[in-house]
Amino acid sequence: MSIFVDKNIRLLVQGITGNEGKFHTRQCIEYGTNVVAGVTPGKAGQKMDDVPVFNTVKDAVKASGANASMVFVPPPFAADAIMESADAGLDIIVCITEGVPILDMVKVKNFLKDKKSRLIGPNCPGIITPGQCKIGIMPAPIHKNGGPIGVVSRSGTLTYEAVFALTNAGFGQTTCIGIGGDPVNGTNFIDCIEAFNADPETEGVVMIGEIGGNAEEQAAEYIKANVKKPVVGFVAGLTAPPGRRMGHAGAIISGSSGTGQSKIAAMRENGIAVCENLGLLGDVCKEAFK
Amino acid sequence: MKIHEYQAKELFRKYNVPVPDGGPAFSPDEAKKVAEGIGSFPVVVKAQIHAGGRGKGGGVKIAQSMDEVEAYAKEIHGMTLVTKQTGPEGKLVNRLLVEKGCNIAKELYLSILPDRETAKNIIMASEAGGMDIEEVAEKTPEKIIKVYVDPLVGLQPFQLGEVTFGLNIPKPAMKQFRQMLFNLYKLFVDYDCSLVEINPFVLTAEDEVLAIDAKMDIDSNSLYRHKDVQEYRDTDEEDPLEVEASKYDLNYINLGGSGNVGNMVNGAGLAMATMDAIKAAGAEPANFLDVGGGADAEMIANGFRILLSDKNIKGILINIFGGILRCDTLASGVVQAAKETSLNIPLVVRLEGTNVEEGRRIMEESGLEMITAVDLKDASEKIAAAVK
Repeated sequence: MSIFVDKNIRLLVQGITGNEGKFHTRQCIEYGTNVVAGVTPGKAGQKMDDVPVFNTVKDAVKASGANASMVFVPPPFAADAIMESADAGLDIIVCITEGVPILDMVKVKNFLKDKKSRLIGPNCPGIITPGQCKIGIMPAPIHKNGGPIGVVSRSGTLTYEAVFALTNAGFGQTTCIGIGGDPVNGTNFIDCIEAFNADPETEGVVMIGEIGGNAEEQAAEYIKANVKKPVVGFVAGLTAPPGRRMGHAGAIISGSSGTGQSKIAAMRENGIAVCENLGLLGDVCKEAFK
Repeated sequence: MKIHEYQAKELFRKYNVPVPDGGPAFSPDEAKKVAEGIGSFPVVVKAQIHAGGRGKGGGVKIAQSMDEVEAYAKEIHGMTLVTKQTGPEGKLVNRLLVEKGCNIAKELYLSILPDRETAKNIIMASEAGGMDIEEVAEKTPEKIIKVYVDPLVGLQPFQLGEVTFGLNIPKPAMKQFRQMLFNLYKLFVDYDCSLVEINPFVLTAEDEVLAIDAKMDIDSNSLYRHKDVQEYRDTDEEDPLEVEASKYDLNYINLGGSGNVGNMVNGAGLAMATMDAIKAAGAEPANFLDVGGGADAEMIANGFRILLSDKNIKGILINIFGGILRCDTLASGVVQAAKETSLNIPLVVRLEGTNVEEGRRIMEESGLEMITAVDLKDASEKIAAAVK
């Protein structure tokens, strides 16, 4: 089992003809993801390797039966691309693009309300169910098939760190999701944790947070109230100076809110095993998931 | 991106959000000219820096005569203004705003910002104007009015009413206030603001509404569609190395303080975790350079040079977990830059992820002197030992 994506995904790629789009589409295909179509407006009829390209998402869905999208279009067009996929009724939309204006995302988020699509990202590495389906830019070889641990993270590279530590410690992964570092994003911690909790194959969860906002605090409360499976937590940015945006648009301590210390305290209070030094994540997991 | 008060007020004027008469001055002489144009007293002379708390720091003065305008302008222009937001080192004042004073009857607070939790735009308003709004929110949250605007529907008349009545705006000023708020919301949306704040806006003795302060932060991700705002950038307000890095599309952050470890990482999360680990290992990070995903070898080389030009650093830690960024690209860039700059401080390298074998091979075959590390803990301990 897994959450959100598995071998039944039929993926289309928006922005498939760009450099990054091409490179990572090939990597996904190589991993075994079923990539059925690409979309680049004005390039219908072309092919990227063996993948047919269409002008619109609706055309692509009609011809290929795609049920998910990976978005690689540049920031000025990313919000539009997400809404196009949602309007076409796709189940999963994974937006890799970094730098989407926040007011665009605010609109997207409201546009998605009466749509059935689940958005992951933007500004994220994507989602992978090891051995079944990879939608995103994560390095595949660090993953280990078959579970039993689920991973959810606000940061791309920290997702890789967590997965790598798990694999080295002998734990496979059910599904790993990077939810993205922007202040307004699609899927959040609680969505993922709820799904991991309901997935019989997932026996424990690693959640990687960072400074800014209060998503970690809310997730911690949700976990205490709803989740019996062990959860390991990590928060990046404990030593970050307040008021500075630490690279991610969403990673900023505003006044007294969004500090790493408050997130760690919330995790501890709610029964999450906190890992303080990422280099020790494997050890903390061995202890928590034994 | 932060802009100056006088720049925000230029945009306010364009959107018919009422502001006092006046304008910017880049020298005491210019300040006098602006004051002459205003033609009456009092006149307010305000330091223009990207930080709040200017009044308390001595950066805002009220002049009753032209001589006072000159004296205050000379005092403030060129001063190093220290406020609670600038840090102890303060900020050099190069620009002034000279404005007509007004008869303040009441100070109020107004701001608009996107809310990450609800994905709506929030209008916050309070009768407790001129104060630190965080403090008001903490001590007397009932004094803050919050209105959530649906971004797809826009600001509605009933919401204007909620704010207007909530603030007890007197009847003669109601119409003007509603128009100001309507215009301000339009400005907020049109310019992709991550914050518009007027603290305070005032009711004058003549029942007029006036924005006597103005703060606007504009979403950096949206600048491609705001060419006019790009000209508002004031690089004097930024760290010189951060400016240099931004020329190469690299994200360099100077952490300030007494750090002596320079860092090259990919990804903001990894950057923060690396800083935390270095501190835990007993050393102090000075900065980090996030090379991001799309960097090529040339960009990496430029980034490495920028790190080295920070004279405080005694060692460099490269911690890369390649995803979009390939380790071989990273390694080529580092080797190129290290050779050109004849690197003479300790270098700790930890590479993992996409094309890691090739990356490690390039580093090893370069003959570059370096300490390799296997994971974050190992890397942070090795760099801490190297800079001791």
